Amino acid sequence: MQGGTASMLEAAKAEHLWPRPPRWAMAIGAAAAALLLAYPFVFTSSFAHHTMILILLYALMAQSWNVVAGFSGQISLGHAIFFGLGAYSSTVLFAKYGVTPWAGLLVGVLLSAAAAVAIGVPTLRLRGHYFAIATLLIGSSVQIVFQRWEWVGAASGLYVPIERTSPWLYLQFHRSKVPYYYLMLAAAALGYLLVWKLRRSRFGFRLQALRDDHDAAASLGIAVARHKVLTFMISGAMMSVAGTFYGQYVLVLDPERLFSAEISILVLLMTVLGGSGTLWGPALGAAVLIPLSEYSRIWLGGTGRTVDLIIYGVLIVLVCMWRPSGLLSVFEERIRRRRTVS
Amino acid sequence: MLLEVENLEVAYGDYQVVWGVSLAVAAGESVALLGPNGSGKSTVVNTISGLLPAKAGDIRFNGVSLVDRPTHARAPLGIAHVLERRRVFPHLTVQQNLFLGAWHSAARAARGETAQRIFGLFPRLLERQNQLARTLSGGEQQMLAIGRGLMALPRLLMVDEPFLGLAPQVAQQLQSVFETLKSEGMAILFIEQNVRLALSMAGRGYILEGGRLAIAGPAATLVDSPEVRRIFLGV
Repeated sequence: MQGGTASMLEAAKAEHLWPRPPRWAMAIGAAAAALLLAYPFVFTSSFAHHTMILILLYALMAQSWNVVAGFSGQISLGHAIFFGLGAYSSTVLFAKYGVTPWAGLLVGVLLSAAAAVAIGVPTLRLRGHYFAIATLLIGSSVQIVFQRWEWVGAASGLYVPIERTSPWLYLQFHRSKVPYYYLMLAAAALGYLLVWKLRRSRFGFRLQALRDDHDAAASLGIAVARHKVLTFMISGAMMSVAGTFYGQYVLVLDPERLFSAEISILVLLMTVLGGSGTLWGPALGAAVLIPLSEYSRIWLGGTGRTVDLIIYGVLIVLVCMWRPSGLLSVFEERIRRRRTVS
Repeated sequence: MLLEVENLEVAYGDYQVVWGVSLAVAAGESVALLGPNGSGKSTVVNTISGLLPAKAGDIRFNGVSLVDRPTHARAPLGIAHVLERRRVFPHLTVQQNLFLGAWHSAARAARGETAQRIFGLFPRLLERQNQLARTLSGGEQQMLAIGRGLMALPRLLMVDEPFLGLAPQVAQQLQSVFETLKSEGMAILFIEQNVRLALSMAGRGYILEGGRLAIAGPAATLVDSPEVRRIFLGV
């Protein structure tokens, strides 16, 4: 009993509200990192590189969605806004003014954070379904604006001008996809590190409280609205980074695709499939769904796109029936059981 | 007076449920807010803590008007609100739930010591400190909700139906905790449907009926009042 109180005091002083990850988890993490670093040399086909780049990209995008939905409990259906803003910021600056996409990346992040405030301050007062509906509509409105806006290419979109002089400065690699792979890996790793830190911080801790019980959190003195807006900003900034990298990867910006509700919903599906509110759920969801859509496209040709959506639908229904907290919970449960046995 | 509520009116949209309610709690005093189901007890307390906006009237705590302060800015003044039906954070541990109670800076600095005090009041919470709150029994969750409220070092503790659905043994244990808090000088505002139980713990009582103040007075006179019997039993 005494020991319990003492450890509580210590925990209070050291701010260790979350236990450190166990050693075996660190070992798995290190092994996974090594595998990811070696991947392009083990699987050398361009298709293998492409698939993995998309997995990493979507893992980052789904994590960004997870920050808002999984941690602060707000379902956004307009996340494609930030994806598109990221892609357009870097491309407009480069195509029109010759500014390096690295600077464009930062501009995109700032614009997306500003957009998150503009959207979040009025809409985050809404709870539950109403926030989802509002973001869905704002998302389509932004898409329509970009489809009509002549200065940014309207419906035909923009091309990223080809620049072969300095690949790292202009963020374009035409010989191989491997540099893109490592860039995406670094971006995703940074994103996940940020979220890991965030989740363990006092801020993240309060977010989970307000997700679980809005009124109780407010009555304890947590400034609920401010926390939600700040979370939305962080999330939008992460999504924007993914947008810039995507633009530099495909070199064509199509507002139909970039601002589509399909992207907003895809990141939702991945997160829910993997496990929303968890750190690794979004990555797991991306690792399941991206290969599914890429392979179905190969096997079934142009119509592959719709078949993969049918499979997504079936998967989501199955997850909702058997694993409402996501695929990751299957593993978590095993680990917990083993722990309690030993 | 520590808490003064003056002519409070509260409405959900166009639907007004509280009409001109006034009440007061002095420092160190324990007061019961009573009334049948739907008489507006919880609405009054939710308005004091800011979860609902007041339509008219004033709420002062320690002389400071609260009506223009957002919810989160009221807790640091020294008001703890233990919501109805416990409302602990289900996916956080007991310890994490408690620490969330100690959120403003003065409470944060003392939170280790406060937690120790709370574990003294509720030894069960110490045994369960690393368990997720949703795995606790109803009584343990109520202890946690009260403990979390106390972590803010409040001067006024408002508890909404703390005995609802508890086993008699647990209810008794809670009662003795409230006695301890009272003897330490904490002001407590109880919301209860159980008149006898509430009046046995409180010095004074206010009884609401249909959103209006029906009768108020010292606990001893309310217990046997025929008017109170009429309100609750309709006879």
